[in-house]
Amino acid sequence: MSALIQTFENVGLNWFIPFLRLLRGESPSEQFRQILLNIGVPILAMLIFLGAWSWVAGHVKVSFGSVPGPAAVWAQAGVMWDAYRADRASEAEFYVKQAEKKKTFLAENPGGTWKERKYSGAPTYIDQIFTSLKTVFAGFLIAAFVAVPLGIICGLSKVFNNAMNPFIQLFKPVSPLAWLPIVMIMVSALYNPKDPMFEKSFISSAFTVALCSLWPALINTSLGVAQIDNDYLNVARVLKLGWWKKITKIVIPSALPLIFTGLRLSLGVGWMVLIAAEMLAQNPGLGKFVWDMFQNGSSDTLAQIMVAVFTIGIIGFILDRIMMILQRAVSFDNATIR
Amino acid sequence: MAFLELKNVSKGYGLGAKRAEVLHGINLSIAEGEFVAIVGYSGAGKTTLMSLIAGLQRPDTGTVALREEEVKEPSPDRAIVFQNYSLLPWLSVYENVALAVDEVFPSWPREKRQEHILKYIAMVNLTPARDKKPRELSGGMRQRVSVARALAMNPRILLLDEPLSALDALTRATLQDEIERIWESDRKTVVLITNDVDEGILLADRIIPLSAGPRATLGPEVKVDIERPRNRKELNHDPRFKEIRKEVIGYLLGAGGHQKKSLTRKLVLPDVEPEDLSKPRSMMSGRPRRKGEEKSETVEVS
Repeated sequence: MSALIQTFENVGLNWFIPFLRLLRGESPSEQFRQILLNIGVPILAMLIFLGAWSWVAGHVKVSFGSVPGPAAVWAQAGVMWDAYRADRASEAEFYVKQAEKKKTFLAENPGGTWKERKYSGAPTYIDQIFTSLKTVFAGFLIAAFVAVPLGIICGLSKVFNNAMNPFIQLFKPVSPLAWLPIVMIMVSALYNPKDPMFEKSFISSAFTVALCSLWPALINTSLGVAQIDNDYLNVARVLKLGWWKKITKIVIPSALPLIFTGLRLSLGVGWMVLIAAEMLAQNPGLGKFVWDMFQNGSSDTLAQIMVAVFTIGIIGFILDRIMMILQRAVSFDNATIR
Repeated sequence: MAFLELKNVSKGYGLGAKRAEVLHGINLSIAEGEFVAIVGYSGAGKTTLMSLIAGLQRPDTGTVALREEEVKEPSPDRAIVFQNYSLLPWLSVYENVALAVDEVFPSWPREKRQEHILKYIAMVNLTPARDKKPRELSGGMRQRVSVARALAMNPRILLLDEPLSALDALTRATLQDEIERIWESDRKTVVLITNDVDEGILLADRIIPLSAGPRATLGPEVKVDIERPRNRKELNHDPRFKEIRKEVIGYLLGAGGHQKKSLTRKLVLPDVEPEDLSKPRSMMSGRPRRKGEEKSETVEVS
């Protein structure tokens, strides 16, 4: 049981622990107080928020009707889910039909070549979510592969750090909207394969995400490396560890908590930047979805955009939690991470 | 031929007028298999001296040589046990020792290395804790891991830099006995730095006091000619023990102690006068009779 509690604590589900303790029969009054505090208060706040939202929705008129309330947004989410299911069904149907056609075609002309076709329905909302996730992870991985090694060198070498510092200070505050045109032009110039594996819009968005989410990981890594306890480095010196061994056995393990702090921040920034980048680059993800809805201006538009806002928020929260769990897993003093 | 030799070593920090010389004119020669204790005040430069022997720092003047070979950089030859253990917190007890063993004996087959690691973990009585992380261990256990790691490197000389200062008295006594036992079994050359004279007498063949800084230097050495194994309880009544203790402490408090400085300052006393409340006040008594009186004060500072 206490192992279970520890697990919940590690994955950040602290609000669930009072229930476990209650099951174990640990001072019920204290547990009920905890439940009230950890679950009751957030639910109350949520209800107040929903109430205020409904009130605003009933009183504000916009050009294409009224502002949707919570119920309308929830209904819209259901509609979008149904559309996804319907699309999946028609996709399955398409492939079944194609298989049948292929069979009859091969029966009629044996030896003939059948051209396999792909289902070409418009991307559904769920497809767009996955496109966004794919794009953000591509950008995040590029950022991590650049930032962590650079950060380690920055942390180890004062000279290199001073060389890098002006660039970090200069480029860190630049908005994704400023990077994107440059990235798009560069991608158009440099990426022109005959049979492209990735869309240009995907590459542009991913690189913009990378450019913006590079900095937190870079700064935290170099800080983590620069802060290594001198004792650990003395151990490396007494053992005469070589350069590579010093990095892998001493430097990286001791900087790992801060490296992961940086990566967690980077992923957060990346997810935020992604929406803007997709809007402009027309990468078929959540950003493009919001933009298209804004452009078509139907009566469902606002409700759909609000569904997208909540989706973006929930996914951002889940990503942060995943990074937090990783961060705790690699830290040797994991009590401090919240 | 001395095994470890320091010749006219000095070391300071800072530059120009701000330069403070920590160690000055250190001469030390240690024979192979000897256990030498250096006793001194905290802040005297004991750890600096140890860093010089270990090669973590280079002296400003003079030379440090092990077997006639100048010490220029750290090496597993001179294993050091730090006061704050310096174990790697992300590695278990076994892995901490293994890191050193794998690095020092890369040519050994895996089984031999493993056997070697386990042997030294057993030597410091930590076999049941071999898979624990340092943070799960008490201070005494951590220091034992550190000792095991140092011994497992099979160094020519073992440097103990106040290894027991951070521990409570009981743990310290146990570890002192353990260090003595281990030393008896393999007779390594050991330099122990400590601020505890009794600890030095209990463990060492020779005690050398380090005078108080700045410009600390080594005082006259005292041979500890008490037979081993030394018993902690009996030692307290041994007349020779008392004599050695008196000699070392005498030097540290006397010639090697803090140089006393006196400071003389002139103070202007405030113009206040006690008032006799039993007498009725008059205009005349309201004014102090002494004005702007000065007093010269001399204060001794250490």
